[in-house]
Amino acid sequence: MTSPDDRAESDGIETVRAFANEGYKYGFVTDIESDSAPPGLNEETVRFISAKKQEPQWLLKWRLEAFRHWQTMESPEWAKLQIAPIDYQAASYYSAPKQGPKSLDEVDPELLKTYEKLGIPLSERAALAGVAVDAVFDSVSVATTFKAKLAELGIIFCSFGEAVREHPDLVKKYLGTVVPQGDNFFAALNSAVFSDGSFAYVPPGVRCPMELSTYFRINAAKSGQFERTLLICDKGSYVSYLEGCTAPQRDENQLHAAVVELIALEDGEIKYSTVQNWYPGDAEGRGGIYNFVTKRGACRGARAKISWTQVETGSAITWKYPSCLLEGDDSVGAFYSVAITNNRQQADTGTKMIHLGRNTSSTIISKGISAGRGQNTYRGLVRVQPKAQNARNYTQCDSLLIGDRCGAHTVPYIEVRNPSARVEHEATTSKISDDQMFYCQQRGLSKEDALSLIVNGFCREVLKELPMEFAVEAQKLLAVSLEGSVG
Amino acid sequence: MLKINNLHAKIADGREILKGIDLAVAAGEVHAIMGPNGSGKSTLAGILAGRPGYEVTAGSVSYEGRDLLARSPDERAREGVFLAFQYPVEIPGVNNMYFLRAALNAVRRHRGESELDAGQFLKAVRAKLKELEIGDDLLQRGVNVGFSGGEKKRNEIFQMAMLEPKLALLDETDSGLDIDALRLVANGINKLRSPSRAMVLITHYQRLLDYVEPDRIHVLSQGKIVMSGDKSLAAELEKHGYAMLGDAA
Repeated sequence: MTSPDDRAESDGIETVRAFANEGYKYGFVTDIESDSAPPGLNEETVRFISAKKQEPQWLLKWRLEAFRHWQTMESPEWAKLQIAPIDYQAASYYSAPKQGPKSLDEVDPELLKTYEKLGIPLSERAALAGVAVDAVFDSVSVATTFKAKLAELGIIFCSFGEAVREHPDLVKKYLGTVVPQGDNFFAALNSAVFSDGSFAYVPPGVRCPMELSTYFRINAAKSGQFERTLLICDKGSYVSYLEGCTAPQRDENQLHAAVVELIALEDGEIKYSTVQNWYPGDAEGRGGIYNFVTKRGACRGARAKISWTQVETGSAITWKYPSCLLEGDDSVGAFYSVAITNNRQQADTGTKMIHLGRNTSSTIISKGISAGRGQNTYRGLVRVQPKAQNARNYTQCDSLLIGDRCGAHTVPYIEVRNPSARVEHEATTSKISDDQMFYCQQRGLSKEDALSLIVNGFCREVLKELPMEFAVEAQKLLAVSLEGSVG
Repeated sequence: MLKINNLHAKIADGREILKGIDLAVAAGEVHAIMGPNGSGKSTLAGILAGRPGYEVTAGSVSYEGRDLLARSPDERAREGVFLAFQYPVEIPGVNNMYFLRAALNAVRRHRGESELDAGQFLKAVRAKLKELEIGDDLLQRGVNVGFSGGEKKRNEIFQMAMLEPKLALLDETDSGLDIDALRLVANGINKLRSPSRAMVLITHYQRLLDYVEPDRIHVLSQGKIVMSGDKSLAAELEKHGYAMLGDAA
């Protein structure tokens, strides 16, 4: 039997299908009145999104391939994460920006307190809290100046959507070449329904004179839950890219599945830094963001370098393994990570270093901090392929436990297929001792300051890889994230 | 400055370590507390500084006329109580200078003084190093990380000099030091003697007292002060050993 509600819904889908087919016929759709896709995920949803974004047909085709592949896949079960089943049909995969709170008075006071502790300027707090204000702060002029300066050097930095319109050849050439559509369950989902994201291209021999940051696009359309980033460093060029911000970000969408692809050509260098502070849920873990991210960089030429630096403090669940494919001879990969889990947070994070070229080297420094009932897993793969003569890897995984109800786990995979490889792995697990706390307190530091000092010391090797200003913010963030974790 | 009345304390397993300590130390005085291993010397220092793991079951401690035991360890430190640790603790990744500046500024804030910026702090450090005649080789290393025994103790004395406490408790600061390091540490202690500062030296051996002359010496045994006297008591103990405590022990 069909209830009236069901009928209404299927009518809705029919309407969408009609629109989508029309769009498909002409390649582009100029105007669609409806602002949201109905809940559910099928080919029509994918067509709807692509049409809505006025995408060319090749991209729609690409999305559909991804979607068909996704349908054959299962959600991965191997991570040490306890996740309630996700109903992919219950969500809506495209919606116009939601109406947020009208003013800061409507925002959770706890969130505002955190902004204050982190020293977020008043002018930015509203934007971060999602308040619907037209011009929340004066970034437009900054962004314009910034863009002009980059354009002079031939650097392209724009939203993914804009890149598809303005630079289709570059997008077409590189999209999916590092993370193929069917790479994994979440990457396939992202490839099918990705909302927007960032695109950057640095031409040969150009050293990008400033940190590229999503911060400069804060007033641009929200990238949404399925963000897609593509970054290309041409021969001999350099870029440092910052993603995220230290302020806690709220989002109505619980499921986030981003994909980031980096490509560094011969002698190119990319430094990619992330501070992730999505809402972790309440003390019991209710309502937090599920963050399933696929990040991978390819060193696609001799002497190319890619480094990932991440500070992960937010989300209820973090599933993330920023990786490097070391294809070019003498190419270099690095992964520096701090992951904090407090209360009921769970993180399964690490990296993959795939050595393909000769004399390739990689460094992995991972610092996991568990407090409350948090569960923190480092999972990393170092693979040396037969042709990777003289490959080198150094891995250091340190875990710090605060309290006696949390957990730290280290799962290294090492696969060596060339006898000349040298792979080192060091791992430690330690607890913040009462002695350390007492020593700091005896010198006059409060309990909170003592904890923050000890934790920042523990993370020092990673924090020093962050751009200066970011590092200072990150230090504060670590302290705030661990508040209340010592009795 | 410090008044201890009938202090009783036990540790987590229920054993009573201190069984009625009475002690008064005035500003400007240096007292030495000696005694055999396990007599309760370090426990006494720990309780005064607020180390967790002890339970005071009776008695009281007043510092500058106020109840000391009611305050948290960091409050005590900011009020001017300093403990030179017998085993200084390593804090990996934290620069020694950074640590000391954070500590000093916490104390200064409490005193209502302005915080020192990096330049001012460095100046103060240089002056203090010169005064104590010690090198600057430890400054840029991690707090106590990889320090030798002598370096750790030297670092404690240096911290004490920078923080300018009113009451300094030195827990076995002489233990494990060779003669040169002992001289250096003793020299530091002597330089820090001042009419406004009280010091309590806890030591197992008499040899530190060859370099630092205390006003009073107390002998602690089985949780009680069994003997008190002037500096000549040290020589006597040296001659006869703690066995001379006899029945009193």
